[in-house]
Amino acid sequence: MQKLYAKKKYFIIFTLPCLLAYFISFFIPFVMGLYLSLTKFKTIRGARFVGLSNYKFVFRDFKGFLQALVFTSKVSIVAVILVNVIAFALALILSKQFRGTNLFRTLFFMPNLIGGIILGYIWQLLLNGILIRLYGVDITYDARFGYWGIIILYSWQKIGYLMIIYIAGIQAISGDILEASAIDGASSWQQLWRIIIPNVGGSITVCLFLSLTDTFKMYDQNLALTGGAPANQTKMLAMDIYDTYYNRVGFAGIGQAKAVVFTVLVFALGMLQLFITRKFEVKS
Amino acid sequence: MKKKSISAKISIYTFLCFFSVLVIYPIFLVLQNSFKNKLYISTEPFAWPNAESFVGLQNYIVGLTKIHFFKSILYSLFITAFSVLAIVVFCSMAAWYIIRVRNKVTKLIYYLFILSMVVPFQMVMYTMTKTANVLHLDNYIGIVVLYLGFGSGMAVFMFTGYVNSIPKELEEAAMIDGCNPFNMFFLVLFPVMKPIVISVAILDAMWVWNDFLLPYLVIGTKYRTIPVAIQYLKSGYGSVDYGHLMATIVVALIPIVIFYFACQKYLIEGIVAGAVKG
Repeated sequence: MQKLYAKKKYFIIFTLPCLLAYFISFFIPFVMGLYLSLTKFKTIRGARFVGLSNYKFVFRDFKGFLQALVFTSKVSIVAVILVNVIAFALALILSKQFRGTNLFRTLFFMPNLIGGIILGYIWQLLLNGILIRLYGVDITYDARFGYWGIIILYSWQKIGYLMIIYIAGIQAISGDILEASAIDGASSWQQLWRIIIPNVGGSITVCLFLSLTDTFKMYDQNLALTGGAPANQTKMLAMDIYDTYYNRVGFAGIGQAKAVVFTVLVFALGMLQLFITRKFEVKS
Repeated sequence: MKKKSISAKISIYTFLCFFSVLVIYPIFLVLQNSFKNKLYISTEPFAWPNAESFVGLQNYIVGLTKIHFFKSILYSLFITAFSVLAIVVFCSMAAWYIIRVRNKVTKLIYYLFILSMVVPFQMVMYTMTKTANVLHLDNYIGIVVLYLGFGSGMAVFMFTGYVNSIPKELEEAAMIDGCNPFNMFFLVLFPVMKPIVISVAILDAMWVWNDFLLPYLVIGTKYRTIPVAIQYLKSGYGSVDYGHLMATIVVALIPIVIFYFACQKYLIEGIVAGAVKG
């Protein structure tokens, strides 16, 4: 059977369309990108090799890349904790059977379907309305407003999504364990910490991974809500890379070097997080 | 558990209702403001439209025609539909081949696809845009190829996981009955893969429909998809007319709401399956 499939004809029919598109849109640009990060260029043909000097610049770019890195990390830490805690709490409530659970689940999930640009403008309207009433200024006035704005927006968007994943995890726990522990006199609090949380390790890993990589890669929401204002203080990493590339003449090589550092960073963070939570999962 | 007191029940419902309001209110606010004159949106966003501020459907009529928004809806529909179709068909074929023909080449292909899953878009945004220009993929048909390439990583990953669980006997039986591999795949295997096909289709439809940067960079000047059109409305003109922006957002939300309620059941199941495997 395998011999028949392995004929050249079938290899071409089955894999070539997908592979061709993959090489055009991802692999060739990826390799070109790696090379261009070591050059100075305005057009790809005019690229001049400069070694690691772009990277040297990136790690000294205090007002640009490093400021964005600090801001992104701050957003990420708070947003990841907030989103996961609230999503888990809602999942605990909504994984029980009572009237209306489906309705609430459906409703809470809905914001996840709305794209980042639209979300940004929806929240800009609401937050500016509140800020103007309270302080007489809008969200671009102070970086703290933008900071919390991005966190609130992200929470609103993703809580329903993570909630659905947590509900699936909680419902997979067999009812027998919970019943047995109740007979043994465990309180709801003890059940939560001793039975439910250790048994949803898989869901926790997935949700932490999703929210962590998501916040690090965030662009659309950032662009629409604050656009980096005031004075680039609310620029996240993806936006800093974009602006270096397209809004500063002669900085394309540095923008590409930033993108490479960004790629390594997101990858390393994701792997580190998976490694840590997986270890925790096995232990429990 | 079962003997919950009434007061506990009431407090849970109150909390859930409060949370529902938090979810609905921002959308409601946009709807409310889409009927107001732009001057009143920034100063009094929380007020109902009154005799002074009410402009009827003017925001909708002017705002939508100004940026040719219905064209944008058609572009978005076209690009999303064909990208999802291409991803589902070609990636399931590739995934099946990778699993059934295990040799060095297919293994390498598999890891190449995995690589694309972990690389953020910013890494290739410039070089990919240039490649698309050179190959004349910078139109609403060509961009489907780009989405197929970008979506292939996750789709192949999810499909291979599923194909692994399908018994080979099914295929062998079909082949003995005289099917060639191509017919066998589409007549026998593809129907068996329906659950994972739905998952992949939903996740990718959400991604392509809402994607901003890729269409903005590749086809943004000639063909504006919905997110690009909304961003253009905000930044492409000297001063922003918030009335037009609100009306456009409301119209942009309608297809999403329809889509959601039409396939809500599949959607949530698909997302759980996708998240756990992805």
